Amino acid sequence: MALRVWRTIVRGTRALIAPGSADADADDEIRHFLDESAADLESRGVSAADARRAARAAWGHPVAMREQVRSSGWEHVAAAAAADVRHGIRRLRRAPGFTIVAISTLALGIGASTAIFSAINPILIASLPYPEPHRVVTVLENGRAGLGTFAMARTLAPRTGVFEAVAVARRWVPAVTGDPPERLEGQRVSATYFAILGVAPAIGRGFTADEDRAGGAQVTVLSDALWRRRFAADPSIVGRTIRLNDTPYTVIGVMPAGFENLAAPAAEIWTSLQYDTALPINGREWGHHLATVARLARGITIDAASRDADAAGREMIAQRRPDEYDPQTRFSVEPLQRTLVRGVQPVLLAIAGAVLLVLVIACVNVTSLLLARGAQRRGEFALRAALGAGRGRLVRQMLTESVLLAAMGGAAGVAFAAAAVRGLVAIAPAGLPRAGAIHVDGQVLAFALVTAALVGLAFGLLPALDAAGVDPHRDLQDASHRSTSGHGRMRRALVVAEVALALVLLVGAGLLLRSVTGLLSVPAGFDASHLLTLQVQLSGHRFDAPRVGTAFFRQALDAVRSVPGVAAAGTTSQLPLSGDRDEYGARFPEEQGQRAGVFGVFRYAVSPGYFEAAGIPIRRGRAVDDRDRAGEPLAAVISASLASARFGAGDPIGRQLRIGPAGPYTIVGVAGDVRQVSLASTDAFAVYINDEQSWFPDRVMSFVVRTHGSPAAMAGAIRAAVWSVDKDQPIARVATMADLLTASAAERRFAMIVFEAFALASLLLAAIGIYGILAGGVSERTREIGVRAALGATRAQIVGLVARQGLVLTVAGVVIGLVAAAFAGRALTTLLFGITPLDPLTYASVVALLAGVALLACALPAWRAARVDPALTLRAE
Amino acid sequence: MADDSVIQGTLDMLILKTLSLEPMHGFGIARRVEQISRGVFKVNPGSLLTALQRLERAGWLDAEWRQTENSRRARYYTLTREGRKQLEIQTADWTRRAAAIARLLNADG
Repeated sequence: MALRVWRTIVRGTRALIAPGSADADADDEIRHFLDESAADLESRGVSAADARRAARAAWGHPVAMREQVRSSGWEHVAAAAAADVRHGIRRLRRAPGFTIVAISTLALGIGASTAIFSAINPILIASLPYPEPHRVVTVLENGRAGLGTFAMARTLAPRTGVFEAVAVARRWVPAVTGDPPERLEGQRVSATYFAILGVAPAIGRGFTADEDRAGGAQVTVLSDALWRRRFAADPSIVGRTIRLNDTPYTVIGVMPAGFENLAAPAAEIWTSLQYDTALPINGREWGHHLATVARLARGITIDAASRDADAAGREMIAQRRPDEYDPQTRFSVEPLQRTLVRGVQPVLLAIAGAVLLVLVIACVNVTSLLLARGAQRRGEFALRAALGAGRGRLVRQMLTESVLLAAMGGAAGVAFAAAAVRGLVAIAPAGLPRAGAIHVDGQVLAFALVTAALVGLAFGLLPALDAAGVDPHRDLQDASHRSTSGHGRMRRALVVAEVALALVLLVGAGLLLRSVTGLLSVPAGFDASHLLTLQVQLSGHRFDAPRVGTAFFRQALDAVRSVPGVAAAGTTSQLPLSGDRDEYGARFPEEQGQRAGVFGVFRYAVSPGYFEAAGIPIRRGRAVDDRDRAGEPLAAVISASLASARFGAGDPIGRQLRIGPAGPYTIVGVAGDVRQVSLASTDAFAVYINDEQSWFPDRVMSFVVRTHGSPAAMAGAIRAAVWSVDKDQPIARVATMADLLTASAAERRFAMIVFEAFALASLLLAAIGIYGILAGGVSERTREIGVRAALGATRAQIVGLVARQGLVLTVAGVVIGLVAAAFAGRALTTLLFGITPLDPLTYASVVALLAGVALLACALPAWRAARVDPALTLRAE
Repeated sequence: MADDSVIQGTLDMLILKTLSLEPMHGFGIARRVEQISRGVFKVNPGSLLTALQRLERAGWLDAEWRQTENSRRARYYTLTREGRKQLEIQTADWTRRAAAIARLLNADG
């Protein structure tokens, strides 16, 4: 067996490299055969000359025999293929315009698809970067993914038959001193958290159950990036003590460099959760603020785990009856991957659909180009067929050219994709999961290869079969390329398809554009211009004493106000459109004929001057100011929507409300509504109180600073002002309000930018398609145009002739495209804002744009047609 | 008249059988086949040399060039051990099939 393979390869290769000597060998053997055959005949009495002739006549011509022998090896197929490739390259080089357009088009289609695939692969397709990732799950309540309770995790933990391990995690943002003081993004986690994900620390160890008790040792694990950045990759880091939040922690481990913490990608430092496992009723152990992950035991299905979790959870509620749980709560379990991609899936699928359209348009364009070229080469193929080329050979040759184009287009596409991927990562919205894993890797390259191959087959097959269907007799005689009705129709159909697809993409881009501009023009309720924001977190045990923190914030505010260029400044516990979400129940007592009521409101603890600095209008009464100090009567300002929801048209001033355990607060003013969660969300019930009158001190406050000049330029001076009061307080989230506004629409903007890019590309391709077919038509019909002109047709009439053809195609494409867009637009529904998928203004604009571009594409060929000189064309016949 | 009336697929077997007796060149094989089959099978050189190339690459034959009298060269083929084994296999297979066909043709009722 091995000998057979060896000999086949060696003999074949020798014949490939030295075909001359292989021919000589075959010739010798054949000649010997003929000689012996003649000698044999001679020995039976035939004369020498007759014998030779008879031998020849019996067996055939030596050269034909040699060809038969030589063409039976694998090397023959390889040599033929190589010849095809060489020939193909030569042909492509001789038509540089066509080749460049074809390769560019393919590069665009393949490159865009590859880039989008590289974004989708780590998020939607590939599994999570953990061992046995299908066993990592999250716990849902009432079918919604969200934060769970420590109590529920403790309830599930002992059920090791179903759950190998259960862990919770919450955000932890410890401050470290230094120059400058910094806030680290981190998590407090259960001891089993890393084990569930299946990643162990690269240095040192993880947490033990002993450390995870209330009152346990203060230990911490670092990420690889943090270890390198702040500790210079110190090899003796394990055992060192570092101060976090003014408390000593011992470093016990460092996570490996490739660790992806998908539940909190930005976390770089961890410590034990240290909640009370006795689960005191109505303690924080029952609050919904923990991310819950678990690893299923081997062989347990999601359904079985869900049933078990539900049974355990309901039993827990029935036994302990905590206030935080609705007795009707149902629990279930879903894979972590599903939870992570849920929000982003519609966007990504829409973008995948769009890029598929672009790929199809690119293929259609190249097919059309190839058909046109095939029409021009009819004579050449007829000649070849007459010389004996089989139909299979002709098809193979055309396919080779297509494969070459696809290969070069694919290579260019990969280069384009590499750049496009960098661009994608740059504009990716902040919440995109696994954004760090988006890059061109082996799987992406494999995708590009497969796409290029399929594309090559797709656009190559049609023209190849078409070209091979030659009739030598007819086509050799027909030198003036007149009869092209067959694939002229095909080409026209392709252009109509292109226009339709381009229209679909343009409608998608238009809808998204209108959504984003609509969203960004929603009044946020405050004046976002010239506004700088930053967040200061109190760090240090001296702030544990009451009122020390508030005093610090007042001093810092005074320092900021004295910075030149600052028009106004204020602080707030919750910053609009920043991701903050702090909600409480506000309770209104029964009075003046109205029943008691409870409303979910946003709580804002603000300094005097906040409303002025932020530009929030006061509609009635007054803002929070210096009168509302500790010890003075409790005062609150409510939002306009809350006022009308509770009091209708009546006057809220002087009425009372309770919020949290404190109160009652007297309402002293009504402020305009402010968008807190997002520009699209209309939840605006809010209660503003002076931070000195809050029932608990806020340790994190956002400063809003209105500047005369550019807010970004003032960032340094304002930070310095805060640090002049206390240099150890970390400042984070420094951003102009304008940036925060834009970021709040990040996901839609991401989809919009991608769709716009695709739509423009497809518009360009469709225009090229229209131009191509018209230009081809004009050059084919030059003689006919010449005749018409000679017979008296005016220029205008000839222009009309050509333009009409283009417009017919465009109109057909537009009609089909409108129908397709009406269906396809529904896929974007979740991304739209303020408009329906059938928005008439968008459709009308897109049709107008397409018509304009089509007209331009018709203009050049029509103009050329008008300039045809009948004398020249008729004579050249 | 060139007549490739050798039954499809049996050319290999006939070549192996011929070479099992002694090493031979291409024409020698053709002549032997024609003689022993009493003119029923005539092998044309194109098919023969193609088959010989294939069998040589398969490792069932070895080939070497020898000088002939008029200082031309001829290619002589020898059966290898593997080739001999193949011959046995193909012969047994052929015999089995031929017997089956004979039975089918003779079956009257």
